[in-house]
Amino acid sequence: MKVRAGFVHSMGLMLIGGLVISGCAAVAEQNDSAKNAAKDAATTRAAFAMMQASFKARGQASVDRLNQDETQQLCSQYQDNPPKEIREKIEALNQKLTLFPADGVLLGDWKEGEKIAQSGVGKQFTDNPENAAGGNCYACHQLTKAEVSYGNIGPSLYNFGKVRAYAPEIAKYAYGKIYNAEAYSACSNMPRFGHSNILTPQQIKHVVALLMDPESPVNK
Amino acid sequence: MCKHFFRGLRSALTLALMLVVVPAGAQTSEQTLKEIERYRAALADGNPAELWEARGEDLWKQARGPRMVALDKCDLGLGAGIVNGAYAVLPKYFADADRVMDLESRLVYCMVNLQGFTAEQAKKDPFGGPNKKSDIEALVAFVTAASRGMKMNVTASHPKEQEYYELGKKMFFHRGGPHDFSCANCHGADNQRIRLQDLPNLLKQPAAQSAYTSWPAYRVSQGELRSFQWRLFDCFRQQRFPELIFTSDASVALTMFLAKNANGGVLSAPSIKR
Ligand code: HEC
Ligand code: HEC
Repeated sequence: MKVRAGFVHSMGLMLIGGLVISGCAAVAEQNDSAKNAAKDAATTRAAFAMMQASFKARGQASVDRLNQDETQQLCSQYQDNPPKEIREKIEALNQKLTLFPADGVLLGDWKEGEKIAQSGVGKQFTDNPENAAGGNCYACHQLTKAEVSYGNIGPSLYNFGKVRAYAPEIAKYAYGKIYNAEAYSACSNMPRFGHSNILTPQQIKHVVALLMDPESPVNK
Repeated sequence: MCKHFFRGLRSALTLALMLVVVPAGAQTSEQTLKEIERYRAALADGNPAELWEARGEDLWKQARGPRMVALDKCDLGLGAGIVNGAYAVLPKYFADADRVMDLESRLVYCMVNLQGFTAEQAKKDPFGGPNKKSDIEALVAFVTAASRGMKMNVTASHPKEQEYYELGKKMFFHRGGPHDFSCANCHGADNQRIRLQDLPNLLKQPAAQSAYTSWPAYRVSQGELRSFQWRLFDCFRQQRFPELIFTSDASVALTMFLAKNANGGVLSAPSIKR
């Protein structure tokens, strides 16, 4: 009996001790990760301060371009690979920032769209801000069979409308994606052409036509 | 005669290397062939970078500046006047300046502190153009050529060096500007291309090594020798950022990050590029 009680007692102590130890470990771990997070945040701040002192305004590119909105800040913090809940947060906040044309018209002229997809000018300090910017879609996407000089950062968009269907909801998706890519996939490499005023709504309509018009070379 | 032979050999080797590096996508072959033709024409006479190297050597040895002294007392990290192998260990912390410096910053430092130039004079023409020659780019060509064939060996052991590495890493992932770009968007994955141009993954060897070790480079398309400072300046321009200030702290921190990622890579600079 005595032995038994002693056994139970020591088991209990071991259990409590174990809990205390693992509890301590968890606290220590929390402290560690809190410390790391604080250190990381301090490095981020120091890097930003260093950048602010290391750039100067030129042409249309003012130094405030170094500033980050919440999307840019979160994507940088997670090196473009955020956990699920942050991903959802970024997509939700960008959905709110995605505006569709009031008149409901989503398709423009695909021939104009092709010119916009080819043009890589715009927003660099060497570009004339008077000229309309391009979308440079070919830099990252295959679009037509005729243009063989295309990049591969984004998926091929060849036959986009033909394969997805020439349907209003697909046109709406294309418009929204081009207007604000972050609303559909957080930390995308694709610029937010509408949201960031790179392309005008009219230019986006032309590019949507390039993807969605059955007569466009994208769908031939 | 002998020098000529080695030049020819080196050119042939460079060309062979380029042939291996160029990806042979079927559609790209025509453009690739055209580019190779242009390289071949440029290489027939050796790499024009040699002109910058020779001018840089003269500038290094000449007595110049208000104090009329040569740069042969300039300590590039391995001791006063030692040029051989110096580029392979840069950037590094210099106690005399109490700053981490890349090659360009250190050259400016020596021009100011040894030769007596003002900082403005030393930095006046960081990059050459049609009507101006850059002394810094020539000096850079001379110094880097003296590390050709050596392995990158940036220790980053000093706390300041470690700090710069970490800051440079943050800058590499810093997204901003109207296009939301960071270096990582174009240089953070394998086998990416913009149009037909290959984008090295600067976070991973061996791509990070072969990219870094091939700079500075003679750009056939520009007819200029370009320093690593220029490379960063121009990628920030494409990133739609404002202008990177020559030899600024951020430029050195980012260089520290990229140079250390290239450790072990064999320097081929000044090389010749598109
Ligand atoms: C810097 C590279 C880049 C540029 C420039 C770019 N995109 Fe993209 N795009 C991407 C990437 C990466 C993806 C895939 C990831 C994602 O969905 O965001 C993508 C996805 C897309 C999609 C969704 C494809 C699908 O299968 O659902 C469309 C549509 C699209 N892009 C259209 C365009 C158009 C039109 C342009 C020019 C106005 C353009 N993109 C410019 C990188 C780019
Ligand atoms: C929008 C895409 C883009 C961004 C963003 C970008 N680069 Fe580049 N980078 C390029 C292209 C395109 C080339 C090849 C350029 C050429 O050959 O003219 C290149 C070339 C380079 C090279 C030389 C590679 C070699 O093998 O010769 C280095 C190094 C480099 N970039 C570093 C950076 C750094 C550091 C950043 C961030 C400040 C950055 N880049 C941002 C597109 C980009």
